[in-house]
Amino acid sequence: MTRTKLEEALLPPVVALLIALLVGDVLILSFGQSPAAVYRLLLDGTWGNAYGFGQVLYKATTLTFTGLSVALALRAGLFNIGAESQLAAGGFAAALVGLALPAGVPTLLALPLYVLAAAIAGGVVGGVPGVLKARFGAHEVITTIMLNFIVLALLNYLISTRFSVHDTLHTADIRSGTMPRLADVMPAFHGSAANTVLLVALLVVAAAWWFLFRTRAGYELRAVGLQPQAAEYGGVRVGRVWWSSMVLAGSIAGVGGLNYVLGYKHYYEEGFSAGAGFLGIAVALVGRNHPIGIVIAAILFATLSQGGLAVNALVPKQMVDVLQAVVIISMATAVPEVRRALLSIRPASSAKATA
Amino acid sequence: MIRLIDIEKRFGPVLANRGANLEVAKGEIHALVGENGAGKSTLMRILSGMFRPDAGRVEVEGKDVTGWSTADAIKAGVGMVHQHFMLVPTLTVTENITLGAELTKGGGRLDRARARAEMKALIERTGLSVPPEHRVADLTVGEAQRVEILKALYRGARTLILDEPTAVLSPPEVNELWRVLRKLRDEGGTIVLITHKLAEVMAISETITVMRQGETVGRLKTANTSPAEIARMMVGREVVLAGGNRQADGRRQTSDRGPEKAVLEVHDLTVAGARKRNAVDNVSFAVAPGEILGVAGVEGNGQTELVEAIAGLRATSAGSISLGGRDITSVSVRGRGDLGLSHIPEDRHERGLVLDYSVAANLILGQQHRFTNRGVLDAKRIADHAQSLITTYDIRPVDASLPAQALSGGNQQKVVIAREMGGAREFSVLLASQPTRGVDVGAIEFIHAQLLAARDAGKGVLLVSADLNEVLALSDRIVVMYGGRIVATVPGGTATAEQLGKHMTGAAA
Repeated sequence: MTRTKLEEALLPPVVALLIALLVGDVLILSFGQSPAAVYRLLLDGTWGNAYGFGQVLYKATTLTFTGLSVALALRAGLFNIGAESQLAAGGFAAALVGLALPAGVPTLLALPLYVLAAAIAGGVVGGVPGVLKARFGAHEVITTIMLNFIVLALLNYLISTRFSVHDTLHTADIRSGTMPRLADVMPAFHGSAANTVLLVALLVVAAAWWFLFRTRAGYELRAVGLQPQAAEYGGVRVGRVWWSSMVLAGSIAGVGGLNYVLGYKHYYEEGFSAGAGFLGIAVALVGRNHPIGIVIAAILFATLSQGGLAVNALVPKQMVDVLQAVVIISMATAVPEVRRALLSIRPASSAKATA
Repeated sequence: MIRLIDIEKRFGPVLANRGANLEVAKGEIHALVGENGAGKSTLMRILSGMFRPDAGRVEVEGKDVTGWSTADAIKAGVGMVHQHFMLVPTLTVTENITLGAELTKGGGRLDRARARAEMKALIERTGLSVPPEHRVADLTVGEAQRVEILKALYRGARTLILDEPTAVLSPPEVNELWRVLRKLRDEGGTIVLITHKLAEVMAISETITVMRQGETVGRLKTANTSPAEIARMMVGREVVLAGGNRQADGRRQTSDRGPEKAVLEVHDLTVAGARKRNAVDNVSFAVAPGEILGVAGVEGNGQTELVEAIAGLRATSAGSISLGGRDITSVSVRGRGDLGLSHIPEDRHERGLVLDYSVAANLILGQQHRFTNRGVLDAKRIADHAQSLITTYDIRPVDASLPAQALSGGNQQKVVIAREMGGAREFSVLLASQPTRGVDVGAIEFIHAQLLAARDAGKGVLLVSADLNEVLALSDRIVVMYGGRIVATVPGGTATAEQLGKHMTGAAA
């Protein structure tokens, strides 16, 4: 049973990746390059040296937050397209707290404040579509997309008119409670943005897993996502689960903003989210809405995105964007078919007919 | 002449058909019987071209047509009428029937006049009366089914496969269907009827093929067999058929009951429905402890809404509901459960079970707050609870970690019943809505025994069923619903199907 379950979980992403590599071959060949050379360069530039690997870890950290955010909402049956603006709002709120804090507040004291501020901001941005859904039945896909525009434009306005340092689009530096970079402990990572917000991400991953699979609230949330009518029958208030899971999803994405603001630049900069919220949808899809899967998927997408920079000398880095797109498309469409086909040619002995 | 030889069909890990053989002679009415999940529908979908068999051969008129498409099947005159109608509600009867085979007069313009004429001729020829200009949404269920049959006939079907056609019909509508099927047969048509109702098999068929667990286990001449024999073949052992033991079950007569306090009381209850009509219209009744109150009626006459309103799943617009003397009209679903209301919902796939959840997780659905310590699920207690219920209720396979999806219909229903009635569950009222729908004969027997045991233990039971025999066999008192109202109340012991049937169509109102 566990073997087939594992197979079911791993087969689609692996096949999707293989399809992507195959498409990549064709693209690379069309640029007159050797696929082996390009892929080697991609690996060397990411996993091959500490700097590259640090960059992968940094990018994977943000993607873990946004992927978890999307996955948590999906577990409740909701499509959260708003992780992008939730992430940005979380980062902005953290920066505001940072600007208000006097210099020299120890990290251990400041971090909870930052997390709280980022979570509240992200939670509000996520919660609005949740409440609209629960109260009025407004479709969350529409409202989260629209809210992205509103929130990002609002942040842009606030930054450009009120909070930016002259001639830039970022705030002043935060002076207390920033998170140490990995390079501070391991000099090999020098120059890379990887930082200890990574540990916060892992903590949130563990907490999300525990919440989903060990608590009553998680049981009820998943029931709502699978069969809202059965959940309702089981005494679950479906509307409440909808809005609260969107608040939770939003706050997770919001905390993701710390990676940039506290761990990397130490200020909020307009547009720092840079699509990480949207990529979170792909991470959740490839990670199959499972916290562990999301970590793996986040590392995969972070590798591709960092790898794109590494291979830029041989092929345009947009090639890697194409690869990402192929992974997403094959996960979303082709792979279930492939899996079904593979299952149907399996020998009869492994089957257990119960119906 | 249709022959299916050694058919095998697998869906993932589930073997739906294996060694299935079927022979249907031209011009006969052939019944394909078996428990739910026996593979009847799968076999017929292979015949009608929806599925391709993994092994075996399909022959029609002596030609090997294995793996043909539905289009091929229709061309060869084999049409299927599905259990769930495949009609477009907003189109008219004529439009639905001609859909996909529209008559045109060049340039893609519809030839409505000719369609109308053909429809009139078809309706006259077959005796299947439906108003061709009405929208399908406005038809009764019986009429919609006739449209499905007409659709198949319009495409030239000479062999008609009907999948559980009587599930949604009232007794007079069933008789009307039989009349039409016999007429089609007399004109040289071939009918294959999928069913698990033995009374129907005896009433209409000439030949019977019995299926069990994906296999065909026997072929019988209806004239030479009995319901008991068919049931034995379906289940593989002796079964006691419901309805055969009326009056012998200690059923209480209305007069035995003193002025006992009702455990469930519904007073002037009204529930809004679609199209400005009330789905439940001013309904009042009471259920006494130790009583089974049966609700008879053709489906769609407000029974679903009534039960859901009592369970707290549907808003009421007027009236009150009380449980053990306490007004629960505005109490939450969970609150009602805590006050002693158990509910076997009519649709276990939508409501009764979370199909992807394990059996153990399903066995606490609605009770999850009782298996939690400070918000954390108590895995050990959940597992123990599951183990004890699986043993007591003989749920198979004995594996609490399997998803509910992997169980047969009968075992899924046992999970629901175990949860709602078993273990430490304390309840005073049981809402049993279609408790034996889609479950096999063996499980029906078991479920009926459970309902009677609940009654004998002093619980109040509200039994809603589209199966008139079930209502007749179990109820102490029967109310008939029609158009959202209770149109008749009769004592269970003396009621007859004919008497109820009249009320069910509103004819006696």
